[in-house]
Amino acid sequence: MNATIHKLPERVTYQEISQLEKAFRSFFTNHPSELVIDFQDVHIMDSTGAVFIQTTAKRLRDEHISVRFVNLSETVVHTLKLFTPLQIAEQPPKSRDNLFARIGEKTYVWLNYFADALFLFANIFYWALIAFFKKKLRRRSEVINQGIQIGVNALPIVALIAFLIGFVLALQSAAQLRQFGANIYVADLVAVAMVSEMAPLITAILVAGRSGSAITAEIATMKVSEEIDALTVMGVDPLPYLIVPKLYALIIALPLLTVFANVIGIIGGAVIGVTYLDLAPLPFFNEVISALRYKEIFTGIFKSFTFALIILLTATYFGFKAKGGAEGVGKVTTGSVVASIFFVIVADSILGLIFYFGGPVF
Amino acid sequence: MTRKTLLSVENLTGGYQDKTILNDISFHVFDGEILVILGTSGCGKTTLLKHLIGLLNPFSGNIRLLGQNLPELTDIERSLLMRKIGVLFQNGALLNSISVADNVAIPYEQHTNLNSELIRNLVQVKLNLVGLPKAANLLPSQLSGGMRKRAALARAIALDPQILFADEPAAGLDPVTAAALDRLLLDLRKLLGMTLVVVTHELESIRRIADRILFLDQGTVLFVGSLEEARKCGIEAVHRFFNP
Repeated sequence: MNATIHKLPERVTYQEISQLEKAFRSFFTNHPSELVIDFQDVHIMDSTGAVFIQTTAKRLRDEHISVRFVNLSETVVHTLKLFTPLQIAEQPPKSRDNLFARIGEKTYVWLNYFADALFLFANIFYWALIAFFKKKLRRRSEVINQGIQIGVNALPIVALIAFLIGFVLALQSAAQLRQFGANIYVADLVAVAMVSEMAPLITAILVAGRSGSAITAEIATMKVSEEIDALTVMGVDPLPYLIVPKLYALIIALPLLTVFANVIGIIGGAVIGVTYLDLAPLPFFNEVISALRYKEIFTGIFKSFTFALIILLTATYFGFKAKGGAEGVGKVTTGSVVASIFFVIVADSILGLIFYFGGPVF
Repeated sequence: MTRKTLLSVENLTGGYQDKTILNDISFHVFDGEILVILGTSGCGKTTLLKHLIGLLNPFSGNIRLLGQNLPELTDIERSLLMRKIGVLFQNGALLNSISVADNVAIPYEQHTNLNSELIRNLVQVKLNLVGLPKAANLLPSQLSGGMRKRAALARAIALDPQILFADEPAAGLDPVTAAALDRLLLDLRKLLGMTLVVVTHELESIRRIADRILFLDQGTVLFVGSLEEARKCGIEAVHRFFNP
């Protein structure tokens, strides 16, 4: 019985592996009874080469081909020994619990999240209340600083979006109302839609994306870099120190931004009313004032106040949940923005229903 | 017999943008040796290392690494050269979002056409070599400081580099772990015939691993030679470093 001899080249490194793979492939199809791998010419062999030769030899042996190594220099023997592939332990398959166990486990996890969130919210409200009476805890300069970042710096983007929303609302309704000669009612539609619905919602979504994410990222970074721990061991509670100024800033800034968005949105609608529907500016604004009741104004402001709380609490909750490093910060920041927007829209629907069916209060 | 020079630095002046940190630095690193770059904090050790591995471009001077002058290389040439060196960063610099095995697999996946099974085997061989046979599926955040450095070392030696640069390998580690890491570097030198350039200011570590030392002071080379020669050289700053 003749053995097949395969001479290896001078270099057996990661750069030659594809040629070697091609050369060895034929042995899997030809199936010789014995293969002799000749190392005589091998001068350079790296870890990749050593592992490749040994794993290939093992695979050939599994196919019942007898494999022998011949003419090995001392260096080659040393390299092969040093880089012997290990038996990689397979991960044990995860045991599959039954459906009810999995539902129970998930429910337990979610209940824990809920309890954590409730505990955090209760703490924040407690400290916000205490800070209201205790001047030292308010950190006035930090509230102003946060107010500028959350409120003043958001003015341009809020103005632009509110203007475009008002503009598009008027444009879409103008074509319909024109057919009935009811051009002037564009003012009513834009005013009511902006003040009670669109301005609070759009402003809250913008602030959730802009400031909510910033708050989460800031707290999460502080958490993973142990700054929160440092505050705690200094005897400084991170909630009143870090979160309460942000809470105050947000519940002041968001309603003000909403009022600003109302005005700009109505101006956006007026642009269409005046240019496309040939309405005079004064009658348009008179119609806006007559259309708006205190109820719409109160609804909008109440919603924006609620949204501010939702954004702050969600951002804080996710920020404190961060673990790991940069990756952990990214994860909670994304989660925070998605959750904030979701909760804002859910809250908007619930409040919308309450105020719609609640009847006119004023 | 003249020894092969793997790294040769000639009249290097460099730093960050408009700030000069290193002044007229010259030295050689020979094949198979461990050169330790040392000096007090702020003397320019890490800046020098960044120049040696091509992260910073010198203002003037030459850095001949494995026969090629680093400042004159194109991006592609530099990238090819970087495959022949390994770098162990101070904090490991493992990517936190992927497992230890995936971290070690990066050089194989990016620079070779090896199949995934072979890569898996190679990763396990390298992790075993650094004493982390069971860490493959863990995330870097689940490792201790010493283990992170070992995992980073496994990544640095993935493609069997001819020369390994290590920035403060013992920093932040307890004496036992630091000694174990030093022993590992010595073993790797012995087993793989690797040349090492190590930046450190840990005296114990220097005593354990250094063949020669390069002493930096305010961006200039004060001394190059063996540890024995350093003790006898009579330079005040060097003497003070070893006898604080």
